[in-house]
Amino acid sequence: MRSLTRYIIKQHIVKYFESTVESNIQITDDIYVMTVLRHEAKASAGQFFMLKCWDKELTLMRPISVYQASEEHLLFMYRLVGEGTRKLAALKNGDSISLLGALGNGYPLDQIHGRIAVVGGGVGIPPLSLTTKMLQAQGETVDAYLGYRDEIFAVEAFEPYCRDIFISSEKGPEGYRGFITDLLKAEQYDAVLTCGPEVMMRKVAQICSEKNVTCWCSMEHRMACGIGACLGCSIPTTEGMRRVCKDGPVFLASHLFQK
Amino acid sequence: MTNLHTTIHDIDFKNPIIAASGTFGFGEEYNELFDVSCLGGISSKGLTLRPKDGNMGIRVYETPSGMMNSVGLQNPGVDAFIEHYIPVMRQWDTVLIANMGGHSMDDYLEGASKLSAADIDILELNISCPNVKSGGMAFGIKAEVAAEVVKAVRKVCTKPLMVKLSPNAENIVEMAQACEAAGADSLSLVNTFQAMAIDVHRRKAIFENVYAGLSGAAIRPIALRMVHSVAKKVHIPVIGLGGITTAEDVLAFMMAGATAVQIGTVNFTTPDAGRQIVNDLARVCEQEHIDNIQDIVGIL
Repeated sequence: MRSLTRYIIKQHIVKYFESTVESNIQITDDIYVMTVLRHEAKASAGQFFMLKCWDKELTLMRPISVYQASEEHLLFMYRLVGEGTRKLAALKNGDSISLLGALGNGYPLDQIHGRIAVVGGGVGIPPLSLTTKMLQAQGETVDAYLGYRDEIFAVEAFEPYCRDIFISSEKGPEGYRGFITDLLKAEQYDAVLTCGPEVMMRKVAQICSEKNVTCWCSMEHRMACGIGACLGCSIPTTEGMRRVCKDGPVFLASHLFQK
Repeated sequence: MTNLHTTIHDIDFKNPIIAASGTFGFGEEYNELFDVSCLGGISSKGLTLRPKDGNMGIRVYETPSGMMNSVGLQNPGVDAFIEHYIPVMRQWDTVLIANMGGHSMDDYLEGASKLSAADIDILELNISCPNVKSGGMAFGIKAEVAAEVVKAVRKVCTKPLMVKLSPNAENIVEMAQACEAAGADSLSLVNTFQAMAIDVHRRKAIFENVYAGLSGAAIRPIALRMVHSVAKKVHIPVIGLGGITTAEDVLAFMMAGATAVQIGTVNFTTPDAGRQIVNDLARVCEQEHIDNIQDIVGIL
């Protein structure tokens, strides 16, 4: 490993470093899981890394959230959407990859206590896996609501850490047929954490707002620098323009959707 | 050891590498990755007199060998910059360049007066932002309009005045000469090329403003040609930028006539590119037997 840099943002050591791919597995039509050596990079619930496995072919690194983290490894579950993720998906065991992270303010675990619902949609599900594990480890009770379009994935990553798991699929054969938000009873929880398509998160935020339950949303945005300098991922919030990469990606729903 | 020192307006740059406006914030974020004092200078995020939220929707978009942006000059405004960000930037041993754009002549003059009275080293006047609907670009296209702004700002600006040119100018050489005649102390070129991208599935432009600025390696050969043709025709220092990615690119721009260079998009590709290019430049100059980097300026 060539450790290029170490620095500290909010107690997390962030590094720009080269690592090695340990495995890269396709688990559905368009979802992959990549395992890379962690090299002591820290990662908390809802944080992400900027990744690249190219030198000159592409210009920007790609933001991918942390799916799981172990002593030695970081796992990224990502959807194949374009050229960047196609290059990531082509990586083989032993290939090198550059990482910058962990980045952003994830779910504020010190403020999230009691009965918790995590509500994920599609490729927004993976970051909630590490989140659920960390919440369970600090003694909270977690229910997972996982919404899919068709194929089901990553459920096993929630099973050891949840009290209940609810699954929905718009087209597929498993679980409730419809939207995951149809199943959410927000009043049963002290807080709801959500990550997924914005239309889903808006619905979750609305349900929580009606029941007066705190809701945290993890936003996705195109990014250039990933560290807060370029303002390429700024979004309007009730607190003014905020950078998804640096101020977020996790925001209070009440700061995002109430207008 | 090659002497990398560069002097512009009697200001000493420890090397000719400047972080380009809009790609480096006010330096804080990158300073968490590497010591930004290694850079010759830092040009601040583009300021406007009053705070600006910038554009909505997609702001950055990857393109072949480059990227497009439509940030729209989101910035805290000149007053907040002076109060909060100059002290931040002054922590580092590097030349402090305040980049400022505007929407009207009044904005330019008031902003320039305030910045000129503040603790900055150089004022870089942006007459060329392609992402602001009114103003910005209009000033950057017609030489006579640009000259008017530069002339007026020159009168209120007591700091060295660097004018940042748009490649979208009707005639880049005439634009450069007009700015020189109007009192610019130096010129930086080029800003981004106005460009467009379409999502064919949605049948919509990618950017809400429809057009956005193209930067990165894709524009480098054109930027190099523009720097070369301008440097031949003006008598003030030219600062070259446009897709510079390596130390060799730095040398190319300097051979074409640039006294110093700015690096922008590469900061996104490689987060510690500034440090890498500074280090590589020293090494490449040794290999090329360049004793003093200023010796190669304009040799072509």
